[in-house]
Amino acid sequence: MEQIPILKVGRCLLVSIQFDMHDKLAMALQDDLTHKLVESRARGVMIDISALDLVDSFIGRMLSNIAAIARVLDAQTVLVGMRPQVAITLVELGLTLPGIQTALDVDRGLALINKLMDEA
Amino acid sequence: MASSSRSVIPTLLETHEKMVLASWMESQIAAGSLRSGQIKENELKDQSQRFLREFVQALKSGEMDDPSGATWSAVRELLGDFSRSRALQGFTPSQTATFVFSLKEPLFTLLRDEIKNDAGKLAEEMWTATTLLDKLGLYTAEVYQQSRDDIIKHQSQELLELSTPVVQLWDKILALPLIGTLDSECTQTVMENLLNHIVQSGAEIAIIDITGVPTVDTLVAQHLIKTVSAARLMGADCIISGIRPQIAQTIVHLGLQLDVVSKATMADAFALALKRTGQAVSRAQIKPT
Repeated sequence: MEQIPILKVGRCLLVSIQFDMHDKLAMALQDDLTHKLVESRARGVMIDISALDLVDSFIGRMLSNIAAIARVLDAQTVLVGMRPQVAITLVELGLTLPGIQTALDVDRGLALINKLMDEA
Repeated sequence: MASSSRSVIPTLLETHEKMVLASWMESQIAAGSLRSGQIKENELKDQSQRFLREFVQALKSGEMDDPSGATWSAVRELLGDFSRSRALQGFTPSQTATFVFSLKEPLFTLLRDEIKNDAGKLAEEMWTATTLLDKLGLYTAEVYQQSRDDIIKHQSQELLELSTPVVQLWDKILALPLIGTLDSECTQTVMENLLNHIVQSGAEIAIIDITGVPTVDTLVAQHLIKTVSAARLMGADCIISGIRPQIAQTIVHLGLQLDVVSKATMADAFALALKRTGQAVSRAQIKPT
């Protein structure tokens, strides 16, 4: 079964979603990420969704959930690289992901997450 | 109506094609199809000929009552093309419909000449022909109308894109001056436009200026919030500027929560945007000479 790689970069975890997610994969990611967070004691999670051009309410909720879980484990979540179409779809679905910090690309995401981790 | 197997129209039309075409052209020209010079005579002749051939083909299939069936699809397509091009060329609806209706005269003359001995048969054939041509004529008018609607829609779309420019104010700062009333369709375009520019320019802050928006009601506010949320999802912050005194009052009276930094003027918003992105503009020091 395909799996989404979770990489540790410095003090944070980097998840890059490279293909369209189905619900099972999203659940698996949530599970893997939680374990990895505990194991690695990472302070931040960066999710790159620049390759994702299809989102539904389930994926949107899953992203919110991941952020909430990370917060419980005292880690910051930054979502990077969302495409314009995806952003419009999420807003139309009423999912504005209030608990998640966002950045335009991985570069800025790293700067933001480092800042957040320093503040926390 | 007329039993299709007995109709003589297709055979008649086929044998007398040249004659029918000639007199059809004549009546079209007499009706003023060329007068405005929007279409050339040989172009019209070519269209008429193609239509006549397809018409005969469809008639032969026997379905003479209802031109909405599959056998008539070639005729409908041809008519659709003609009406669309006429709509683009600026023909009036009656000029467009005349194309089909003017076929009646030559067709009826032909029928009268050929079956003048059998009054019952003549009436029956005439009835078949007239209902059929009426339906086709109405179809032409419908397509014409549709094409006009499309043109209007296209124009308003263009107008929309013209009225919502995204301006790069400074490094990492975009401005989006909104002009006119914001409706749902307009918001969609504005949002897409803004988000695409954010990606292209890598902007961190977008200033949405509503100086040109005449009124702010709950709907407009909701559209603004949508745009702001979408920009936030992309990682860009928004500042709303250009809030006039009345609008500020309206917003409070309506109890709207914009949940975003708002400033009275674009200048204030720009100053804040510079501060947030860690940039500064300073007055040049002119050294006394």
